[in-house]
Amino acid sequence: MASAAAVPANVQRAPSELTRSWRRFKSNKLSVAGAVVLLLIALGAIVGPPLARHFLGLTPYDLSCTSFAPMSRDHPLGCDPLGRDLLARLLAGGRVSLIVGLSVAIGSTGIGLIIGAIAGYFGGPVDSMLMRFTDTMLALPTFFILLSAAAVLGPSLVNTVIIISVLEWTTTARLVRGEFLVIREKEFVTAARAVGLTNLRIVRHILLNVVPVLVVAGTLAVASGILVESALSFLGLGTQPPQASWGYMLSSVQNFVFTEPLLGVFPGLMIMITVLAVNFVGEGLRDALDPRLVKR
Amino acid sequence: MTGREATVPDAARVDTGPDASGDLLRVEDLAVFFDTDEGTARAVDGVSFSMGHGETLGLVGESGCGKSVTALSIMRLVAHPGRIVQGRVLYGGRDLASISRREMRRIRGSEIAMIFQEPMSSLNPVFTIGKQIAEAVELHLGVSGREARKRAVDMLERVGIPAANRRVDEYPHQLSGGMRQRVMIAMALSCRPKLLIADEPTTALDVTVQAQILDLLNELRAEYGMSILLITHDLGVVADVCSRAVVMYAGQVVEQGVTAALFSSPQHPYAEGLLKSIPQLGMRNEQTLGLIEGRVPSPLHWPEGCRFAARCDYRFETCAEEPPLFDVAPQQSKCWLCERGRRTPAVNEFVGEQPARARVEVRSHAPGQPLAVPAILRVEALRTHFPVGRHLFGRPDQTIKAVDGVDLELAPGETLGIVGESGCGKSTLGRSLLRLVEPTSGRVEFEGVDITELPSRALRPLRARMQIIFQDPVGSLNPRLRVSQIVGESLRVHGVHSRARRQALVLDALDRVGMGPETVRRYPHEFSGGQRQRIGIARALVLSPRLVVADEPVSALDVSIQSQVLNLMVELKRDLELTYIFIAHNLAVVSYMSDRVAVMYLGKIVELAPARELYERPLHPYTQSLLSAIPVVDLSERRERIKLVGDPPSPIDPPSGCHFRTRCPLARELGTADGICADEEPPLVAKSEGHVAACHFA
Repeated sequence: MASAAAVPANVQRAPSELTRSWRRFKSNKLSVAGAVVLLLIALGAIVGPPLARHFLGLTPYDLSCTSFAPMSRDHPLGCDPLGRDLLARLLAGGRVSLIVGLSVAIGSTGIGLIIGAIAGYFGGPVDSMLMRFTDTMLALPTFFILLSAAAVLGPSLVNTVIIISVLEWTTTARLVRGEFLVIREKEFVTAARAVGLTNLRIVRHILLNVVPVLVVAGTLAVASGILVESALSFLGLGTQPPQASWGYMLSSVQNFVFTEPLLGVFPGLMIMITVLAVNFVGEGLRDALDPRLVKR
Repeated sequence: MTGREATVPDAARVDTGPDASGDLLRVEDLAVFFDTDEGTARAVDGVSFSMGHGETLGLVGESGCGKSVTALSIMRLVAHPGRIVQGRVLYGGRDLASISRREMRRIRGSEIAMIFQEPMSSLNPVFTIGKQIAEAVELHLGVSGREARKRAVDMLERVGIPAANRRVDEYPHQLSGGMRQRVMIAMALSCRPKLLIADEPTTALDVTVQAQILDLLNELRAEYGMSILLITHDLGVVADVCSRAVVMYAGQVVEQGVTAALFSSPQHPYAEGLLKSIPQLGMRNEQTLGLIEGRVPSPLHWPEGCRFAARCDYRFETCAEEPPLFDVAPQQSKCWLCERGRRTPAVNEFVGEQPARARVEVRSHAPGQPLAVPAILRVEALRTHFPVGRHLFGRPDQTIKAVDGVDLELAPGETLGIVGESGCGKSTLGRSLLRLVEPTSGRVEFEGVDITELPSRALRPLRARMQIIFQDPVGSLNPRLRVSQIVGESLRVHGVHSRARRQALVLDALDRVGMGPETVRRYPHEFSGGQRQRIGIARALVLSPRLVVADEPVSALDVSIQSQVLNLMVELKRDLELTYIFIAHNLAVVSYMSDRVAVMYLGKIVELAPARELYERPLHPYTQSLLSAIPVVDLSERRERIKLVGDPPSPIDPPSGCHFRTRCPLARELGTADGICADEEPPLVAKSEGHVAACHFA
């Protein structure tokens, strides 16, 4: 009988935090599916190109078939306007897109977190200054900056990531600052000050409570990273031909959208699936990191 | 005497119960279940009671006992996933549990009206109060436009809102909490309901305002001949205004009957326990408070048999079976002890019955005289002002004078209580003493060191010796940290580098507050309110402090949990020789805990005296009205109520001279409110030994 008459003292050792988190993550089926899909895509991007070359003889750069060749035994997804194999390019393009997406997510969330945390924690003039700076960044015509920066720094993968991160952090900073302002006023923060904790430790206390916002901002940044990269590449300032990226593959075929729609569908699908998967994983991650959710 | 009108004598206030013409409302075997992921929560599980015409019935119990759900199901307002699974709610010959929705809607508001605890969230902030009342009138009485508005103004006048003609066009945020509750009452009564359900109507209000609202409800009840179902956890309120009371526990009625009998001779052990666990005015902490061990079980798994048995001091074998409601006139009690008739619990003598605690020797002293030992804390002319409405370039428009010139001296081992209504600055004072809020001016000397000017690095080691306990057991614990981190993290900062040593200290602190070693790996959400409060206390204790500021430590807790925590605090004080500053709005709790009590009003201390002295011979008119406004359980102890008008003024722009003069019954009586009281601020002077008060006439 599960009577509450005597709530027994739970003497057995509570499972470790990692175990608990994993259980919470597991309990969200969509997140697990997202994680599996993401892993498969990453695997495809890493080992796909060498495998394709070895077994199918396909490379992303060789003009191995005629332009717009349809799907065939030799070219499972057909060929692009220049006669390069689409499957090989998709696999290779995944590398660029995933790297850019994830790096931008880490970079922009990192910058946003630091700036937002400082502004929100210290408040007052520090907050005013940092937030005015953030507003200024938001007010600048993003694409113009993007183009000039890309032109000055020169096109490369690293530069692309840096430029996009530097432009994308503002939303995160605002979100994090808002959370900090709210949580800073909570009594447990006063309690932390009362026992004499240092600023750094108090910030850590607050940070733990900002995690959900960070995860949301991070997952959104993955998507915008992939998409902004495609725009840059389209203008010739991101990924350089003949290198492939999903964004570039997508935007470079827009003249053929009515005649050869499949050329755009595949990279588009890949972007969509990746972004969705990242979002599901983010949701699971958010729950996994919240000790308040009790799951079996 | 114009200023000190006595309220209606007790005999007239308390009416004589249901009249012969039958019941207005009869609830029969009502059960309301909630389907949740974890199972079915049987929130209300077979409740029956009845109400007569013109009667005020109190529905009492701790949170989680099902009293609010009972009230909501009378109105058929239980939200999904809750459902009424059985029983009848008979009102005017109809069963409200089974009539159509359309019929029910017609009854709501016009026949049965309801007011809630939180007057701010129950009013829509974007409509004027007049519109909101008029809307109810239009809907139910079929009058419209000008006529509805006129009714609204009439109602506002009737509930005691001054200048109702003007106020009718104001928005909810322009009114104080007490005024908003009056508006809610006006709205509820605008259609002359026969039954008013009031769910904790005064819980969010200050005692002096609570007294006003309770008086108002009582007057309106008599005038309109309506009945009131008053839901509250405050037994004092029930004793004050209800003729009969129903005590609920674990979804069932465990005792009901005439208030006077129920309070002087409770038949059910739960009712008895509740009565014993609240400190009475004038009770001192040499007496341990009565305890109800444990807490209310979960409605998902009510215990078999008597649901209270697990927490009951009287339990015996028969308790494994569920007792029926025995008729022990003038009460009914759901306890096997009453099987053969009334039992005689000695509630009125419970003070003597409890084990007396060894008197803690306190070196209390008279203000103004030098202490025999060095003071642990000395406060001089402390002011904490907050800027509001800052201009673009930094110069604030106005300042809130939260603490405005406070002097205090505390002997080691003493407990100083600080009472006052919300907004009087008592919490800010407590936090300023620890520099959790930066004081604007003045000195705070802790163990001989002036801490007001210390840089934070130098203050840090002192923090270990002065700690604070917070009110909110939810908000004061970081939800993302384990108990071991919450309690133990400060030790790292204060130089305990050995992990094993930290662990030992944490376990020791938890053990002191009655929490076992298995708690360290858990998170705050896994604990109940009382347990969380214990964790908060352990966090303060782990640093071995000398001074502990307790800021409303029990006001968020249920009655039975409150007594557990208060007893714990008294024990800790004795064992660890702590010095407490005990801040609360509840004068009975403060005087129970404290050696001396300071009464604050608008940022200043208006009276300071030894606890018993303050309770027996209050000098300041404010203290007198506070004491008289507290609803007391013991009906023979009730004081003549001194009515205070209005709410405390804003600390942004307090009245000149004596801040209290605008509400002061004495000044009104003497006609000096605009004379000396407005011109001169009364100094805080000794009126007798150890008793200071700031009043020209006290």
